[in-house]
Amino acid sequence: MPHKKRDLIDQNLQDLNNDGVDRRGFLKCMAWAGTGLVWTLSGGIPVSRAFAKRYGKDADKGGDFSFVQISDSHIGFNKPANPDVTATLQTAINKINAMPHKPDFIIHTGDLSQLSKPSEFDTLDQALKGASAKQIYFVPGEHDMLTDNGEQYLQRYGKGTKGTGWYSFDHKGVHFVGLVNVANLKAGGMGSLGHEQLEWLETDLKGRSASTPIVLFAHIPLWTVYPEWGWGTDDSEQALSYVKRFGSVTVLNGHIHQIMQKIEGKVSFHTAMSTAFPQPAPGTAPSAGPMKVPTDQLQKVLGITDVNYLVSGRSLAIVDSPLGTSGSEASRNAGGWR
Amino acid sequence: MTGKNVWFASFAAAVVIAMVLQLAGSPSVSANDQSSAANAEVKIDNFSFGPQTVTVPVGATVTWTNRDDIPHTVVSTDGLFNSKVRDTDEKFSYTFAKAGTYPYYCSVHPKMTGKVVVQ
Repeated sequence: MPHKKRDLIDQNLQDLNNDGVDRRGFLKCMAWAGTGLVWTLSGGIPVSRAFAKRYGKDADKGGDFSFVQISDSHIGFNKPANPDVTATLQTAINKINAMPHKPDFIIHTGDLSQLSKPSEFDTLDQALKGASAKQIYFVPGEHDMLTDNGEQYLQRYGKGTKGTGWYSFDHKGVHFVGLVNVANLKAGGMGSLGHEQLEWLETDLKGRSASTPIVLFAHIPLWTVYPEWGWGTDDSEQALSYVKRFGSVTVLNGHIHQIMQKIEGKVSFHTAMSTAFPQPAPGTAPSAGPMKVPTDQLQKVLGITDVNYLVSGRSLAIVDSPLGTSGSEASRNAGGWR
Repeated sequence: MTGKNVWFASFAAAVVIAMVLQLAGSPSVSANDQSSAANAEVKIDNFSFGPQTVTVPVGATVTWTNRDDIPHTVVSTDGLFNSKVRDTDEKFSYTFAKAGTYPYYCSVHPKMTGKVVVQ
């Protein structure tokens, strides 16, 4: 068992997949790809994979697919950290549309709006109309529940959902579950799923084959990233116990406006960048609020997440890319361990 | 008494008399003046309420002002008041008619908590 971060990365970069790409070849591919690092979860062990070989020989079987996660668009925000969040959202959409492979759908992990205003939701909807993927799945963030306990959010995006907006769906053999952990928050607490939703989740997962890949998505991280800033979910332990038996579980979250990853057994946790503004790393600032960066750096700290599902490995590869390309992104995301 | 002592005594007396006259001459202290002097301000900034605990007399009004660049709310944990969303520079005021301890928090960022003590 490798002890150092570097050893683990080097081991993974050997030709473990017999796809003809060793470390040197991998780095060449990364340079070609320009940005991002491809981590694949295969049977619970993260394995790096050449970007170009992403779809593999089973691609024509129709099982492989990809989707994009965007998060925290905060339409309506207009402070110095980003005076034009609609423009950066548009950049994110343009980036999705420019991808060589069209994603099957988009998942927005919440904080669609800044103040839950109708005009803000309207602006978001208008922008997303121009996305290449027409199917968009949402979960609300706390900013979407500000004025009416999420009534308006549910009217617009809650069709077919239960309670405060939770639901599940299947796509090409992968089971997706959208959870809401931003409603009925208790004083002094963090995110919360609540009893009713947890009961629903247990029932929803019951009877499914353990080989079904599971993707959970919710706004606030479902693992404790930084409790002092409320970056966690008080009752996520119970939710995670329901997915423990599955062979591949991916948890996608937002809320913290930065990439964080953690792998625990067969569960891979990942948080996305915002399309609006970055936030400081835990404990590095007096509070979790919007972080101002030099204007020419803004595009590098905002981004989208491309998730690729490969049938052959029954695995999901997560690739983060900033809105503005930068040559050194591969090394930045290499330290994905927490 | 010596000359100096006489001077001091006179001076002291004059000061005391002046003070008494001052008090007597000032407008009578009405209930309104009493509370406006005791009203409190709470500043919301950096995801926190400052001061976290304020103590005010019965009948005082507490005014919260959001100086953060993110919206917050001021919500009583006992359901007594709810500011609804307050964006940057927006205010919320509540007058406390009864003595007691009133814990509250921001319903959007529940780690933010505060307390009003009314006595």
